[in-house]
Amino acid sequence: MVEYVPGIPILKPYIDADNKPYWDAVNDHKFVVQQCNKCKNYYQPPRPMCPECLTLDTMDFVPASGKGEVHSYIIYTTDKMAYPGMKIPYAVMVVELDEGVRITANNADDIDTEEIHIGMPVEITFVDIDDSLTLYQFKKREA
Amino acid sequence: MTSIKDMTAIAGIGLTEYSKGTERTEWSLASEAIKLAADDAGIKVKDIDGLVKDIDDGWDCSYVQKTLGIDNLLYSSESHWGTSSMLNVVTAVASGTANNVVYYRSRKGATTTRRSPSDYRVAKETLDDSISILRIDFYEPYGLATPQGCAAMLQQRYMHEYGITPEQMAGVIIGISEYGAKNPLALYTDKPVTMDEYLNSEMTVAPLRDIDCAPGVDAGIAILVTRTEMAKDLQQTPAVIMSAAQGAAIEGEFLTGYNQEKMTDFPETMNMAEELYRVAGITAKDINVAQLDDRFAPLVPMQAEALGLCGKGEGAAFCGAKSLPINTAGGSIGEGFMDSNRIVEAVRQVRGTSTSQIDNAEIILYAAGAGGPADGLIIRK
Ligand SMILES: [Zn+2]
Repeated sequence: MVEYVPGIPILKPYIDADNKPYWDAVNDHKFVVQQCNKCKNYYQPPRPMCPECLTLDTMDFVPASGKGEVHSYIIYTTDKMAYPGMKIPYAVMVVELDEGVRITANNADDIDTEEIHIGMPVEITFVDIDDSLTLYQFKKREA
Repeated sequence: MTSIKDMTAIAGIGLTEYSKGTERTEWSLASEAIKLAADDAGIKVKDIDGLVKDIDDGWDCSYVQKTLGIDNLLYSSESHWGTSSMLNVVTAVASGTANNVVYYRSRKGATTTRRSPSDYRVAKETLDDSISILRIDFYEPYGLATPQGCAAMLQQRYMHEYGITPEQMAGVIIGISEYGAKNPLALYTDKPVTMDEYLNSEMTVAPLRDIDCAPGVDAGIAILVTRTEMAKDLQQTPAVIMSAAQGAAIEGEFLTGYNQEKMTDFPETMNMAEELYRVAGITAKDINVAQLDDRFAPLVPMQAEALGLCGKGEGAAFCGAKSLPINTAGGSIGEGFMDSNRIVEAVRQVRGTSTSQIDNAEIILYAAGAGGPADGLIIRK
């Protein structure tokens, strides 16, 4: 789980035309991944053009399973390098989704920092930080 | 097709004082370093006709021009994020665009910290111009807001994939710090790190330890490059540039290329190395001394593998075995993070002035940008 330090804002995503559908979906507690409707490749982070097809109008955002495995993770154990708005220790995980793309996020409340390991099965869940910000996190999943 | 091979040489190096805190500005440090590089080469400052700035640090060329009194700049540019810009310098000189081109970096790494939330926000605002290559907002909301964390993510995966132990990781730091202890300029390594000291050291972003991270230093460094035949007539032994190259790769990002097929492979460095060896007409086996990017020590073994100095997964053991001298002045771990201080040490090895002079230092490799856009040099006497 992660705990925030009251009074210190969380750094928000920088939303623009290339990623707005992605974060709008997160706001609605839905998880989407960018997919080119021509070559069917998935992409993360979202981008304005498919590098395979070189097309601008084929970049859809499609519902994704949100299921995957921990590919790597780190634990901020001292405040030296950590973001001051989050209480230490906190973990950040890179999760490889079934779709093949890797997503970075924190662990949800049901996962203790100490039990995170590479290969751990996880799935997306959502947390409303405040009125203007919703983020995704990863919670436990049966293998 | 023409080649840049052997056409240019490093004729001068300029180093300001290294300090853990100075009142001086980066403008002042850059100006002094460039003057010292001209003095070292034995040319007049006004004969410098090209300036290349590190994108991350230092004052814009037009300001440096104000202090150095240079009438015109035939060439000026900046580095790619995470790299030095020696290829810019080399191509500017080799093409005949300019005659005496300086790469400079001045940095107040010891006194600049990004600790308060407003500092992070300021840092982010500053980066907004380049947000298309540094899409850090996919990481920052989760508290992955420092390069230390980004690098630790690569390290964790690397240790898992190849079963690397903390003891093996210690070998990287121990080797570099042994060289650092002999170099009086290495402010941060009075004595070599021991195994016990490493294993008992604090983890700041597990598995990355505080001791693995290059500390900040306040300094300015300048590297002056001219045509090889010109350099032969100047006062220093020229460090002939056999090759200079940059490398990039698909899904590459600055330490966050987590969507690369294998994030521990450093494909940017692999691509850079292939070009570097091709232009120089050598293989990795011909390298006698290496000056590698040790901003975070665990990047060194991954980088050594990507450079073909050893096989995949063998990097930590390779560094620990000391079969190739790596970072013979103590690297950024000892002297503080500057990148260009490792170019300076590569030149010292050519001139025979290193505090850990290697007997057969004929071909010296310099690399930067581990875990992102990469660049490198191969130099010889
Ligand atoms: Zn496509």
